[in-house]
Formats: sequence, C-alpha cells, structure tokens
Amino acid sequence: MKNLLRRQILRTMALAVSTLAFGFGGVASAQERTSVKIGYAVSKTGPNAGGAGITTIPNYELWVKDVNDAGGLEMPDGKKLPIEVVEYDDRSSSEEVVRAVERLAAQDEVDFILPPWSTGFNLAVAPLFDRYGYPQLAVSSVTDKAPDFVKRWKKSFWMLGGGHDYAEALAKVIADASKAGTINNKVSMISVADGFGIDLVTAARPAFEEAGIEVVYDKTYPAGTTDFSPILNEVMSNGADTFVAFSYPPETFALTQQAQVADFNPKILYLGVGTGFPIFAKNNGANAEGIMSLGGVDPRNEANNAYRKRHEEVTGKAPDYWGSVITYASLQMLQEAIKRKGLDRDAVSEELSTGTFKTVLSDETKFEDNQLRQLWWTGQWQNGVFVGIAPEDRPGASKATLPRQAWKKN
Amino acid sequence: MNGKTILAIAGFIATIAALAFVPFVVGPYGVTLMIGMLGYVVLATAWALFSGPTRYVSLATVAFFGVGAYTVAVFSESIPYPLLLLVAAGIGLGVALVVGIATLRLAGVYFVIFTFGLAELIRQLVTWYEVNVTGTLGRYIFLPITPEGIYWQLLALAAITFAIAWWIGRSRIGLALRVIGDDEVVAVHCGINITGVKLALFGLSCTIITLVGAIQAPRWTYVEPSIAFNPTISFLTLIMALLGGAHRLTGPLLGAVPLFLMFEWLSANFPNHYSIFLGLIFIAIVFVLPRGVLAFIEERWTLWRRNEPVSGRTADE
Repeated sequence: MKNLLRRQILRTMALAVSTLAFGFGGVASAQERTSVKIGYAVSKTGPNAGGAGITTIPNYELWVKDVNDAGGLEMPDGKKLPIEVVEYDDRSSSEEVVRAVERLAAQDEVDFILPPWSTGFNLAVAPLFDRYGYPQLAVSSVTDKAPDFVKRWKKSFWMLGGGHDYAEALAKVIADASKAGTINNKVSMISVADGFGIDLVTAARPAFEEAGIEVVYDKTYPAGTTDFSPILNEVMSNGADTFVAFSYPPETFALTQQAQVADFNPKILYLGVGTGFPIFAKNNGANAEGIMSLGGVDPRNEANNAYRKRHEEVTGKAPDYWGSVITYASLQMLQEAIKRKGLDRDAVSEELSTGTFKTVLSDETKFEDNQLRQLWWTGQWQNGVFVGIAPEDRPGASKATLPRQAWKKN
Repeated sequence: MNGKTILAIAGFIATIAALAFVPFVVGPYGVTLMIGMLGYVVLATAWALFSGPTRYVSLATVAFFGVGAYTVAVFSESIPYPLLLLVAAGIGLGVALVVGIATLRLAGVYFVIFTFGLAELIRQLVTWYEVNVTGTLGRYIFLPITPEGIYWQLLALAAITFAIAWWIGRSRIGLALRVIGDDEVVAVHCGINITGVKLALFGLSCTIITLVGAIQAPRWTYVEPSIAFNPTISFLTLIMALLGGAHRLTGPLLGAVPLFLMFEWLSANFPNHYSIFLGLIFIAIVFVLPRGVLAFIEERWTLWRRNEPVSGRTADE
C-alpha cells in the first residue's frame, strides 16, 4: 500500500516535472530523478532459502543500508540518489524467478537488477538480463562453463570460479604436502550425489591423477545422508592420510561430529559447503582448527575485516567465508561503476568489464574476460579465522598448517 | 446438439481466439504472467480430469511435469523441436501406463502416499543416472523459443485439454468414471472395466501434464533434478483444483486463475510473509470451501432462491 502510494506520488511528480520542463523550455529535465531503483528476486522461502539467507540477502540489505546511510548512490556529476528497493521472493522455483526478473525489467523498469541465488537460477535469468540489457553480476554460481557464458551473454559476469579451479587447487595442496613428506599420496574421497558434489568430484578425479595422487576410496552418497559411520569405518583403515568430502552443509556438520566420535584423524581433512559458515567455528571450537574447504579470506586485509565486523553489527550474524564477501564486493563494483558512468546500463557494463575497482577483496579488483579470478580456491581454519591458503602465490595467502592436529577431547 | 451447446462451443472458440491475441496487447511481463497462469490452468484441469471423477488424489503432478522438462533438456540438441514434444508426451504416457498398472488398484490414502513418493523416486532415478552414467548434473537448454511461442503452445494445449474434458464429461467413459468415483463395487457389477477406464484417464491426464513441463522448460535455460521435480508444483495444482471444484469442467480454471494472481500479488507485496499467508489460505479453503468455489456459489444460490418466495410472502401479509 505504502509502495503503491509512493509510486503514485513519484508518477505525479514525474508528470509535474515534465509538464514544467515542457512549459518553461527546459528549466527542469524530465530525466530528473529522486532515487535509483534496484530490484532483486531471491529465494526467501523454499529449499534455496537457507543458502540465499546466508550469502545473498544479508549482503544486499547491508549494501543498501551502507549506501543510503551515506546519502545514496553517487552519480558522475557528484549528486547522490538514494536506493529504492523492489524485492520479490522467487519461492525457490525457476519459473518464479524468471517471471520475477521479467517483472522487474518490464513492469517496474528498475535501473539495475541484482542476481538471484544459485547456479541454476543465475542461468535461468541470464537470457532475460541479456535481452533487457542489464549487467548480471552472478556471484553464487560455480560453473566451469563461464567462458562460454560470457560469449553468449555479453553483460554477464561470473564471480565464483568453476569446479576445476577448486579441484586443481586442492590437488596441488595435497601433492605439495605429499612431496614434502608430510603426508602420503593416498586420498579417500566422498561426494554428495547432487550438483555441487558431482561437479567437484568430476573435476577432482583427473586433477588428482595428474598430480600423482592415488584415490583409494571414491564413493558418492545421496543428499540428506545423516549417518556416515559406515563410510568412516571403511576409510579409517585404508591407509589414506587425506579425507576429502565434497558435501553440503548438513553433511559437513554431521561428518565433523561423527569423525570426532569415531576418533578419525586424517592429516588433511577437507569438507564442502558449510565449513566456511561462522556457525561451524562456533560449534566446533578448537576442533575446527586445520580443517580445509573452499574459499577463505586474507586475515590481514583491513577492508575485509571491517566489512565482516559491520556485517555482524548490521545483520546480527557474521558473514560466511566464501560467497558473502564476494557478493558485497560485486555490489561495490556496481556502485563504483555507476559513480563513473551514471545509470546508462551499457556504459556501466562496459566499465565493469574493463575497469579496476577498490573493494573489500582488494584495492584492485577486476574482471578477466568477465570473470573474477582473484579468488581463494582453498582455505583452512587457523586460530578461529578461515584463511585462504591457495593459490599460495597470491598476495595475502596464509601457509597451510599440516598435518592437522588430532581432535581435542572435551 | 442443441442451441445451448453450439453457443457454448462458439463462445469457447471465440475466447481462445481472443486469448491468442493477448501478446500483441500486453507487454512482456503480461506474457510471462499469462504463461504462468495458463501453465497452472492446464495442470489443474488435467489433474481434475482424472482425480475429479475418480476421487483419487494424486500428488504425482510434478513427477510428470519434471519428466517433460527433463526430456526436453536431454534431447534439445538431438531432436528437432516439434518432434521433441511428441517424444516427451510418449515418455510421459509410457511412465503413466507402467505406474498406472502397478498402482491404480491402490485406493484412498495409499494412492496419495504412493504418488507423492513417485515424484521423489523419479527424481532420485534421474540423479542416480546422471551421477553414475553421465557424470554431470544439470543440463542446458538453448532453444530459440520466444515467450510468445511458449504462450501460444500452452494456449493450444489448454484448448485441447478443455475439449477433451468436455467430451469426457458427456461420453460413456465419463459416466463410467463417475460410477467408479461413487462406488467401485457397484461399478464392477455394472460391467465396467474399472482398471482399463482408470488407466486410460490416468495416462491421458499425465500426458498433458508432461507436455506442460516440456513446453515451459526452455524458459529456464538450465535444468537439474531439484529444479524440475519441485514438489510445490504438485501441491499448488492440487489446491487450485480443489478451490475451484475438481468435479466440474471450469472448476480448476476458476481455482487456478485467482490463486495464481493472489500468489503473484503476495510475493510482490509481502515477500517476507508469503508462506504464512499461503498456509492461512490453504486452511481457509479446506474449512470454508471444502467442495470448491463453484459448489459454494451454487449452494448459496439455491438457498437464496428457496428463501426468497418465503420472505416475499411474509412481506405481503
């Protein structure tokens, strides 16, 4: 109701302004605006709500608050316009997300659209972003096909890498440790029989083979598995020093607990999505130490530390260590591109594609072929912080602590 | 054929023809809205085609919807488009017949549970196949089909579905179905081949549902089991058909259109409270309108008609 009223007022004002402009010969331009409309459709309900509620929604809200607290989005002429948000719930359904984005573009005519959560939904809306000419800063989508997508959809940006990147980085960590004599070259590997697990394990098999790593155990398990004791019993005695699980959050948590109960102590313990959640450290305390996963941060990056603190103050919870900071950085890039080029979407896309930006990730964040490649492929819990350890030659990389300490019994 | 029937047919054809011109009048968002609405109208009508007269409550809608979507995803590059729909329909029909033969002897709540499990079973089978055989999950659909094209296909499918539903309502098979719904034992004693009749209707209904999935899939670009087999579709179809009244030709239509528009309005205006409203509406439907809007209006109407002369007389006296 309030929204409707506001819209009516806006429309009346726009009409009045344009009448004035017409009458007084360009005293005020019809383009004069009082706000910038930013729209998004994310999964607030349904199976995707969990992931979207951690990585995407809090960062959208934080960014809008940050911008509006500072007076609004800055335009090239130095004028600041506050953000007006139009948000929809896609109910975790592809059909809904497509319709919601079409509504944002065609009906609400928003200035910019922020992407939905998950690889599948970003792909579902990519043709729409392309047709209406909106830049798409797809963060929460891990895909090896990004180089193909940027050719198909020129204004799409892919910011979380692909399965191969993570698998190859992990292979290098294991191979290096094995060459140094810290661990043997045998690996036990399990993966969830769902999108993420399959992508990662399909990439990991050849990557491990190439790195000279012997996979002695390789099984998939159905999503939603709660009892891992049969698997743990089998891998405990097979002589592998490394245990890798490409798992989803519920299984990541279950595996951590059950490995402690079984007193299973691999020298490298690598778990999937959920390891970088703040709650993981809270639940496991000192026992989180040394566990590896995807993502990470540079603990000496002050901008990032400040972001994490503000995120916790504003949204009431700490951000995760993988997608959250990238989501926020993508919004900063958009903000900066708008400051440089205004609300012209073509120019903003071009600027995003070619420009260099100061973000919470680094002072020089930029796209390579419309993909963000300055990422932490492997991270490790060290002293309560999930730090990036690979690529090890990237500035700010921490050194992997190996072997992992044994579980501490309470 | 009497005059009333001819008038109804003429009205039906005129409505479909008018709807075909909608994309030229409304904007792109209007077309998207119409696609979503028509999709659910066809789903609910097809669902009621079988479940209405037989009173077998099926939660397998998304199993067939997903089969349709997945068929398009798998064969989109190897089979030309119109043929693709035929293949999808064929697979949907095949699955429906196999499932039907095995389960239509089940009755009541056992059938409900089985159909709910079926969607999950097919989803897990697809996942198992993709994990162990192809090694990828998630398939891409790059078909050059415009939203208008999808809209017209759905409209054609809706017209066919209504025509079939109308014909069945007037035919011997429709009568047989109603007898089965009222009492299976009586139906057997009347000499009705109940398994055959049920199987035929189930197959028909499922084929139409499969086609809806196949037609809508190109809009998503990317399909994976959790996207194609989203159980919400089964529940929404069911509640839409029940709201309108599953025993009447236009019942599902009258349930699907207002509910769809309301969901759209809710998700736009109350994105954070959508689930709460949804739950309240479900409860309201079950308590206030257990036999559907149409039946409710008819009851009120007869009640009102019966009361009117009485009150009129009292006024005279």
